[in-house]
Amino acid sequence: MWTFIHKWGSPKWFYSMSGKLQPWFWTVSLLLIAVGTLWGLAFAPADYQQGNSFRIIYVHVPAAFLAQSIFVSMAAAALVFMVWKIKIADMAATVMAPLGAVMTFVALFSGAVWGVPTWGTWWMWDARLTSMLILLFLFLGVIALRSAFTSRDSGSRAASVLAMVGVINIPIIKYSVDWWFTLHQPATFRVTSSPSMPTEMWLPLLIMVLGFYCFFIALTLMRTRSEILRREANKRWVMDLMKEAH
Amino acid sequence: MSLQRTKAAPAVVIVEAPAQGSLWIAFKATLERDLTLMLRRRGELLNPLVFFALVVTLFPIGISPDPDMLALIAPGLLWVAALLAALLSLDSLFRTDYDDGSLEQLLLAPQPLAILSLAKVVAHWLFTGLPLALMAPLLGIMLALPAGSYAILSLSLAIGSASLSLIGAIGAALTVGIARGGVLLSLLILPLYIPVLIFGVGAVQAALLGEGVAAHLAMLGALLAASLLLAPWAIAASLRISING
Repeated sequence: MWTFIHKWGSPKWFYSMSGKLQPWFWTVSLLLIAVGTLWGLAFAPADYQQGNSFRIIYVHVPAAFLAQSIFVSMAAAALVFMVWKIKIADMAATVMAPLGAVMTFVALFSGAVWGVPTWGTWWMWDARLTSMLILLFLFLGVIALRSAFTSRDSGSRAASVLAMVGVINIPIIKYSVDWWFTLHQPATFRVTSSPSMPTEMWLPLLIMVLGFYCFFIALTLMRTRSEILRREANKRWVMDLMKEAH
Repeated sequence: MSLQRTKAAPAVVIVEAPAQGSLWIAFKATLERDLTLMLRRRGELLNPLVFFALVVTLFPIGISPDPDMLALIAPGLLWVAALLAALLSLDSLFRTDYDDGSLEQLLLAPQPLAILSLAKVVAHWLFTGLPLALMAPLLGIMLALPAGSYAILSLSLAIGSASLSLIGAIGAALTVGIARGGVLLSLLILPLYIPVLIFGVGAVQAALLGEGVAAHLAMLGALLAASLLLAPWAIAASLRISING
């Protein structure tokens, strides 16, 4: 068991194994996203209150789920890197941060677009939108800190500490923002809560969420592979690989 | 040979004996050193306070001098301005020690770095957070903050700014090795300040509405307890990264 896990810590092993896994994740994710998109946009019934505008949920919710999960996985990778000094974990954390920031932005942007038909405005200081905005700042902070160091090793370790500090703070921020919002709530808007959604509406949503997660895994594998090549460029096995490719 | 051994044995005992209390001694020494250094640069101590007053001055000019409107925004405004003042002062928390090399001495000390950095944070809070908290009621008067909330304003700022110093010190430790880390520091730390801000302002607003403030102050205390427990280790880890990197 442990030797199996340890093998994944080796860049060479990771590179070859992830190369085999990657196509599967890509296929599954593209398939799921295609099915979910078609089902959600074309076949799912329109919401009785919001009409067709509710369909933006099929992008908004998966992106929001993914954004939070990416921060947690990034912090988990940072912890693995800090405790066991496994470089692969740091490479994964490096490539996860921009993807997480983009997903947070997608969730924010789709939330703002959704706000126009439901709230009549592009931006509301809604609890979830506000927490998402703070999450975006946390992602940007991690990215900025990593790039601020001239030595890559210090940058990696500093970003890891910040990611771990951030992940401890995320629940605190989330609950305090929720609490703040209930005090100031305008009490006019209520988005349909998920249990009241009919099956033909939430099933495509579930498919989309799974598709987004597979997409995240596939993209992380792909980008970690290129990060391995970048960092190990002067290692023998990478040079041999490059010779074979040419 | 045997003579040397008997000679060496008591030496070990002598070294171990004061080690029992050495943690507290080291904490106190670091605290005293920092307080002395800060007292020698009194001008710098005033800067956050002047900044606090200046930011507060900008708002009546920028928004409206109308007392009713000012009273409405005063709790949040005072808290945000104090938070920014505390943030600005953080950049220098480890900077001078980093430049003159005494930070490396802290790292080499036998006592845990977390405890020693906690002493530095306490010194920072005593000379930044606490004065800001004491000064806030004065600015509250200028912003037409209704009576009855001044004590809570000070108290919430005093408890809250201790958390701010602790959390902010993590960012200061992370950016101390970076030449122009000031803006980056704000970028890293401000999102983490939001819970403290929410409960701090909440306490003042609850006091204004005549509601119980105990819940808000308890939450501020909980945040302080959590950051007191966790932040020193993060500060220590960050300092090691900044020094060794």
